[in-house]
This record gives sequence, structure tokens and C-alpha cells, in this order.
Amino acid sequence: MIRLEGVSKTFHPGTVNEVVALRPIDLTVREGDFITIIGSNGAGKSTLFNLVAGTFPASSGSIRINDVDVTRAPEHIRAKYIGRIFQDPLLGTAGSMALEDNMLVCYRKGIKGLRISLNRKLRAFFRTQLEDLQMGLEHRMKDNVRLLSGGQRQALTLLMMVLSRPELIMLDEHTAALDPKNAALVLDLTRRYIEEYRLTSMMITHNMQQAIAYGNRLLMMDKGEIILDVEGDEKRSLTVDGLVERFHAIRHRDLESDEARLT
Amino acid sequence: MIEGILVEGLLYGIMALGVFITFRILDFPDLSVDGTFPLGAAIMGISVVNGVPLMLALFIAFSGGLAAGAVTATIHNKLKVPNLLAGILTMTMLWSINIRILGNRANLPLLRQRTILSAFTEMISGVVPYPWSVLLFFLVVGLTIKFLLDLFFRTDMGLTLGAMGDNEQMIVSQGVNPEIMKVIGVGLSNGLVALAGAFAAQYQGFADVNMGQGIVVAGLASVMIGEFLIRSNRIGLLTLRVLLGSIVYRGIMYLGRYYGYHINLTPNDLRLLTGLLIIASLAFSRYQNSRNESARLRRSIRAAAGPPGGGRP
Repeated sequence: MIRLEGVSKTFHPGTVNEVVALRPIDLTVREGDFITIIGSNGAGKSTLFNLVAGTFPASSGSIRINDVDVTRAPEHIRAKYIGRIFQDPLLGTAGSMALEDNMLVCYRKGIKGLRISLNRKLRAFFRTQLEDLQMGLEHRMKDNVRLLSGGQRQALTLLMMVLSRPELIMLDEHTAALDPKNAALVLDLTRRYIEEYRLTSMMITHNMQQAIAYGNRLLMMDKGEIILDVEGDEKRSLTVDGLVERFHAIRHRDLESDEARLT
Repeated sequence: MIEGILVEGLLYGIMALGVFITFRILDFPDLSVDGTFPLGAAIMGISVVNGVPLMLALFIAFSGGLAAGAVTATIHNKLKVPNLLAGILTMTMLWSINIRILGNRANLPLLRQRTILSAFTEMISGVVPYPWSVLLFFLVVGLTIKFLLDLFFRTDMGLTLGAMGDNEQMIVSQGVNPEIMKVIGVGLSNGLVALAGAFAAQYQGFADVNMGQGIVVAGLASVMIGEFLIRSNRIGLLTLRVLLGSIVYRGIMYLGRYYGYHINLTPNDLRLLTGLLIIASLAFSRYQNSRNESARLRRSIRAAAGPPGGGRP
């Protein structure tokens, strides 16, 4: 459903500040995949997300969503297929607007008309959805979102994203800024939604245990490359130690070849 | 006196509503307002003189402001210029355009011309006497625009505009093109300002190319004064406080104009007064925010340090 062919990204090409953030990569995300992505800082995980979402254009290669070429499509066009959550809980909601208004803006994708959709029926629907979060938010629908805690805001963002039923959801360390209790809560909710609505998902995480425990496929990235792509039984049998070992094995080979090139 | 303040407050309140949309809802400080206010006046003036149906003239004035706002937003969108510069460009260009609309002159008197305002006051002169009929007129116009605006900001599109001003990434993620939303929002704002200009020309009895000078600052002052009067997140109260703020602002200006000579104030000092008013409100809201912040900090420290049993020291 998502197909990347030879996609790469170089920032400030041809200048002294040139940075190769992503080397040409091929990646196919199948429908129903739940991919976890790990890698150290600067490995290119967020760059990969930004390229798929269209935050900035790719330096080379092509990106197809459902066999539609979106390589040159701006972010808001691709957003019709994609739901995305950032690490910063403030980025997913409008703090100075009421909770129900936030939900209205998000529950359907695309440009909005001059209808007044927020009626009693829709409010009731929003309320049942909020009750499902079990955070008591159903009583605070007229409150500004700014008054909520980070965990509540991120849970709300997750709920609002699911409401529009995107074809692909991209989670960029969406629990990293939360305290452990809220992080576990949001992560649990994430898994529930993904299973309930059979969402195709990609999740960046720093936590190897999480990367192994969640999803059916795991990508490991390093220095702008995907160095490991495992799924199915192989993924299920992974352990943190095993992962670290494999990482060292691959990195070691990389280093050798680099040294060989230098001499 | 009081009816003069109320009339001016409501008349310029329409303009302040436009300024409120860009500065507060869209977070797009737009200075084209200084050009679109006289644009509305010029379109209305030349239409009245040439016998264009009055309601049609009003509609053209609104559309003219809409188009000017759309130009500002497009300059900002396509050339990636800061919104302040885009507004200044439009404002500067409008000065020449306004003179052209007025027939290559800077001023067009409308005395003894039939306008919407004069037609209305004549019609109800038997029931409501002169200065109060003008007040009734602007009360009806101001409140109608306020309620229409409230309605607009409850629609899906209106809510999306509000969300964009707060968090642009959020509406991009919802598949909405922010460039189109900016054209709509800034256009609507300037349409309202041009409408205010069209009414100002009828009220003052002339259209002048310089009548927009400093108008954006006056609008901003009104918006900020309003924010001290009512605290809320309901759109109905937000627009109401803009109108109230505008009335208070006109009251302060009135005092400055008529009693200022006691302290050697001339009408030329009113702009200085407006600027100082804005600076004072900025300073005050900053002080208030920092006080709230430190109070919150103190509360949380006390909560963290307090004995688990909940005993009070």
C-alpha cells in the first residue's frame, strides 16, 4: 500500500552544510502491517516519516500510496491518507479551543464547508468516544484543551486521529514526552485502536523492549539506512540482547568496509 | 456626547472585528487594513455619487476589501514573505488605487447625497429623533455583523480557521490547505474593514484617501481593551468584547479630544495616546501572566512539599 523506491534526502546539497539524512532506500509497507522502527539519534527515522508525510520533498526516488504517485504532492494532500502523531503533545491539538471543537476539526479529513456539523447527535457521538478513554474527558468537552495534561492531550490526539480512519498512522515517539504511567496508558490505547480498526501503522520508538513487544515487523535504522528488517516468527523470537548483537554484527561490517575504502 | 461615542464605537467596532480575526484568531498580523478601510470608503463614495444602487455599492465595497485581503494572503503564501511585509505592500499599493477609485483626487464630499444611513434616518425620523436614529442604525448593523460572524465561526470552516491560528500543523495533518484558509480568513477580515470604511464615509459625509491612517492600531487597541473586560473562550463573547472594547476606546479618545486641553493635549496627540494605551495593556497582560505563572509554581511546590497527611502548617 505504501511503496518507497530509491527515496533519499540530502539537506543543503552542494554546500559545506551538506547532510545526507537518508541514503536511497526501498521500503514496502503492506496493508495491516504494524511496523516498529528503532535507531539512534540521527539514524533517519524522523526524516523517513517526514518524507512519507510530505513535510519536505525527497531528493530522489518515488513514493506511492495505494498506487498513486505522491512524490510531489504537498503535505496536506497526503494527509488525507495519513494520520500522524508527534512526540510533542501540543502539536496534535489546538490549545485555545474547546475539546469538542478540536474533535470536530479532526473527525473528517479535507477542506471544511460552511455547515454547522457540531450538533447534539455529533456531540453525543464524541461523548461516547471520550468515555472510552476513561479519563473523564467526556465531562470537559467545553473546556479549552490547554487545561488538559500532556497524557490527556496525547490520548485525545490519538482518538481524534482514529476518528478520521486514516489508511496509515505514523507515530513519532508519541509517548516519549509523557511520564511512565501516562506513556503506558497511551501506548495501550494505541495498540487497542490499531487492533480494533486494523490500522496500518508505523511507530518510532527509542525503547527496544517496546519495539520487540509491539507490531509484526521491526526496522532498525542507522546513519540513514535501514540495516535490519525482520517480521513474523523471526520478529517474535527477537530479544533485546539478540537485537543488540545483530546491530553490532552489522555495524561492524559497515565499519570494516568504510575503513577499507579509506586505506 | 454619549450617542457620539456609541456610534463611533460601533462603527469602528466593525473594523475592530476585522482586526480581531487576523490578529487574534488567525495569528496573522495584517496591516493592509490601513488601506482597505479607505478602499471601502472610496468605493462607497464614488458609487453614491454615480447613483449605483446603495446595497450593491455596499456589496462591492465588501468584495473590494475581500480581494485586497486575498492579495495580502497570496503574497505571503506564494512569495513566502512575512505577513507584516505582505500587508504593508498591499496597504501602500492601495493608496494609489484608492485615489484612482475616487477619480484622481484625494477627497470626495458626500454631503446632501442619499446614502443608506440618511435613507434609514429619514425613514424612522418620525419615531426616533436624529442623533438616536443614527445610533439605532449602527446598533442594528454592528450586531447583525457580530451575529453573522459568530455563526461563521461555529461552522466547520470557521472552526478550522480558529484551529489554524492556534496550530497550523494540526490542520495540515487534517488534509486542509493552510494557504487557502489564509486567503479566506484575511479576505473576510479585510472585507469587514472595507465595510466599516463604507459606513464611515456615509457617517462622516466624505471619503478621504487618508482616513485609514493608523486605523489598524486603533482596532488593535479596541481588541486589547476588550480583552480586559471579559474573559472567555466562547465566540459570542469574544466578538461582543471587541465591540465593547471599541466603544471604550472611542470614549477614551473622546475624553482626550474634549477635555485634553486641560493638560495641554491637542487632537494631534491622540495617536500617541493610542500607542501608549496599547503599550500599557501589553505591559499589564504580561504582568498578569507572570503573576499567574508564579502563583501556579508556588501552588505546585507547596503541593509537592506538603506533608502526605494533608496537615496544614
